[in-house]
This record gives sequence, structure tokens and C-alpha cells, in this order.
Amino acid sequence: MCGIAALQLRNPSLHPEMGSLLSSMMCQIVDRGPDSAGLAVYDTPGLVSKGTSTVSLLGKDQGLPVDDIAASLESLLSSSAAPAVRVVGDTTLVSAAVGTDLLVKAVSETLPDSTIIGRGEHVAVMKSVGHPMDIAAEHGLEAMSGRQGLSHTRMATESAVTAGGSHPFSVADDLCLVHNGSFSNHATIRRELKREGVVFDSDNDTEVGARYIASRLQQGDDLETALTNLGKVFDGFYTLVVTTADSMAVVRDPIACKPAIIAETDDYVAMASEYRALAALPGIETARIFEPEPGKVYTWSL
Amino acid sequence: MVTLTAPETHAPAAAAQEGATENAAVDLADSPVRNLNQALHDATDGQSWTVTNPGGKHSLAVGIDAHVSVSINGHAGYYAAGMHQKGEVTITGNAGVGLAENIMSGKVHVHGDASQSAAATGHGGLVVIDGNAGARCGISMKGVDIVVGGNIGHMSAFMAQAGRLVVCGDAGDALGDSIYEARIYVKGNVASLGADCIEKQMESEHLDELGALLAAAGRAENPADFKRYGSARNLYHFSVHNSTSY
Repeated sequence: MCGIAALQLRNPSLHPEMGSLLSSMMCQIVDRGPDSAGLAVYDTPGLVSKGTSTVSLLGKDQGLPVDDIAASLESLLSSSAAPAVRVVGDTTLVSAAVGTDLLVKAVSETLPDSTIIGRGEHVAVMKSVGHPMDIAAEHGLEAMSGRQGLSHTRMATESAVTAGGSHPFSVADDLCLVHNGSFSNHATIRRELKREGVVFDSDNDTEVGARYIASRLQQGDDLETALTNLGKVFDGFYTLVVTTADSMAVVRDPIACKPAIIAETDDYVAMASEYRALAALPGIETARIFEPEPGKVYTWSL
Repeated sequence: MVTLTAPETHAPAAAAQEGATENAAVDLADSPVRNLNQALHDATDGQSWTVTNPGGKHSLAVGIDAHVSVSINGHAGYYAAGMHQKGEVTITGNAGVGLAENIMSGKVHVHGDASQSAAATGHGGLVVIDGNAGARCGISMKGVDIVVGGNIGHMSAFMAQAGRLVVCGDAGDALGDSIYEARIYVKGNVASLGADCIEKQMESEHLDELGALLAAAGRAENPADFKRYGSARNLYHFSVHNSTSY
């Protein structure tokens, strides 16, 4: 059992409330996964900014002072890249006015032991071990604005309770995946992806799903096709939510063991494991509320 | 067949008359679910409750065992009206997973949709869902009557032993898989039938019982528009010839 709460805001006037709305949703899914949690927020001022790439690193302590990290990045990139390093809660965010690949390379050289948990121009990813609402508070979710937000509360089954095993898994630019369920053939698919040169950060089954989707997208699939292909290749139970810079997708396995409910209004699309996470959203009384059909891919774009 | 329920008794007329006017209002925005359920367990015949701001909370109005009436105004979470006996629960909204699970008698009416496993393992009583029901509706039903105004999901009436399932819309895949003696009536399309479930002839007794069920659910469909499904009775006893069908 895990909990998922995701929100895509269509009405810009709600952007300042993204964090408080997502926080109120997340609060209702804590029971489903109290051991660890993670967040992905899109276009949140103060965390990411236009024209720069941001890399999210697991942990607040990277073994080097923040200024030293920034100095090293500047020498590897250029001073015009204006690299900036910030610690937010238990996460280190590194930004610079260069492409993501270049920034990732420089970060890996500066901090070879660091774990990259998010990358892109729009997304910041934060995750940790502990009570989900403590993690949300520590990162200041309540006050964040943004266009999309994704949260996950984990009850670990397939791999250890570690910050690295928390969701979301973000393995390509602005792409995030959260999962309620378990993949039963992830070891086989992991071996195949490794043979293709894919590198893994954890033993987690969901990471295999994220790497698979990233690999499909790289091969030219759109998000919907990538998720349809995932359904053909992966065995197990899943409700998945995938977010990109401007879209959100939900899919359940064909047996639909894991719950999901969606509320849609002109102002937002919200998805959660249970209705109670949606109950406090504005205009919920008149929202279109439905459970996604088994095996069907749903996508919404901003 | 062993039945664990006491024979259905009707509310004593005197109690119904005396207590009928008592209606308690419970606002779940500022009162815990546990208090509501305790009050319902302590209730006497004829009392009624109106519950507001359910907010999708779990286990609302579970374990009722008296002729009481409960109206829930809003959406309920998991296991609403579970283990229900004798009373009547109405939900003016949607219900989550496991609505009226193991219902023994009485009535549960949902005006919206119900999630998966509605009326699972129900022994008796009537469950009415005006909207759609998710997967596994009436799984392992043992005597409950279920009337769904919309569609039902896959694997509904799986291993259904007794009772009636009425579907005014369409049914998902593997309807009635490994069914015993429950009767299924579907007006719309059936995506596929499960193992050992077949379409059966509609006789006058079936039209009569279907008409009574539709009337009890407050519906206006014509029983003649439905098809009946039930067990082919080929898988009752293990036979090695059937090993691939189980």
C-alpha cells in the first residue's frame, strides 16, 4: 500500500495555492504509506527558474560546503552559467544557465557520490525518510506555488526504506513517476535495460518503471504510447502517475487492484489514491469525479 | 446450507411509532467517525441519523444491527455500511471500496457510484447503486440482492453463491466467473462471461423476481429487456477433464 496525490492546475490564479492544496491532499494519504515520502513540484519560483536547468540531489549534506560546490561548478561550466546551490529541507538543489546534460555532468564531477533525484528546467524533486507531513513541512511545501505537483507516501515492499527508494523517480528531464503497487518482473527488465546501457541508482522496482518509460520516450514514444508499452512488458500491480513539464498521465494495471480516483474541473485535474484526499479541493462539489478504468491510459496537458 | 443470521424480524410497530421522530444530526467535520458508529451500535429501532461532511472518511455507519435509518450527505470512503443488518443507509454521493461488505439484511442505497468490491460476500439485504459500480461487484455474494443503475466492472459476481445481481447498464469482463447459484440479470452488454457462467432462458419466475427487484430499487426498466446469466454447473465437482477451465 502506498498513497498518491497529484495536482495539475489549469487556472493560473490557483498557482500560488499549489503547495497548500497538495499539502492538504497529501495529509489524507499518510495512512497509506507512513515510512517515507517524496514530492515533485513544477515551475515553483525559488526552486527553478526559466532559462536555467535544475538538478535535485538527495540529502542536504553533500560533503562539501555549498559555496565550494558552486565554485567548482563555475570552474567546470563558466561564470556566465551562474551556478547556484541551495539546500531546501533534506534536498540540495543545483541550478545553472546551461543545458541539463551539461549541469548533470558537472555535478557528477564535483560530487561523484551524490544521487541525482530530479533534473530539468521545470521540476524540483524532494524526498526523504520519515513522516510524510514532516518531510513536506521541512521542504516548505505549504508555501510553494507552481503549475503541477506530485506527492507520494510510501509503504515499502520491494526494496528497503531509504530516501533513495522513495518516490517520485525522476530519471529524465522533467519526467517523474510515482507508483502504488509492485512490479513482479522488474529484475528481468532491469537486466535488459542494463544491457542497453541504462544505469540504475537503487534496487527499487519503480525505478525500473521510470527508466523504462524514459527509454521509450527517448526512442520516440509519446507518453501515452510509452505507458501502453509499459503495460505490455511489466507484470504486477500498479497505479502510476507520470508527470512531464506540461502533462500528467494516470494508468492502472488491467486487474485494477490499486485504487485511483480523479476529480476534474475547469480549474484543475487532481488524482489521488482515495477520495478523502480530494474532499477539500475548491469546487469539488461540482467536479467530475471518476475512477480510471483498468488498463486505460489517461493524459492531461497544460 | 447453514445460515448464520437470525430470521429477519420487522421492527416492532410500537417502537417504530414512538421513536420515529428522533433524528440526530452528526457533522463529521467536527465529530469523529467512531462516535457515530458507537451511537449506531447503541441505537434502538426507529431512530434516524443525518450525517453531513463525510469527506470520504472510511468505515462510516458500519455494524448497524437495528431498524435505524442513516442518511449520509456526501461521498463516503472505504467500507461504508459494512456488516450491515436490519437498518437502512442512504448515501447521497459516491462510495469507496467495499460498500456494504458482508451485508446480512436491511438496505443500503448509494445515489452516486460505488468503487470496487461493492456488497462483497453479502448474505442478505438489498444494495442499490444508482450510478456505476467498479470491479468485483458482488464478489462471493451469498444471498444479497444488488441492483446497479449503471455499469459494473470486471470480475463481478466472481464465485457468487446465492442472491441476485441486477445490472441496468453493461457488465465488464469475466462476469460470474466460477458462479454457483446466484442469478445475474444484465440489460446492456456483457464484455465477456467468466468460466462456467452462461446465458440462461428468462422464464416467467425470473421476470417476476426481476420486476420485484427493480421495483424495490425504485427503477422503471422493463424486465423483458434483460438477459439472465447463471451457472452451467460444470465446475461444481473437480474433474480432471476440466482442469484447464478452473
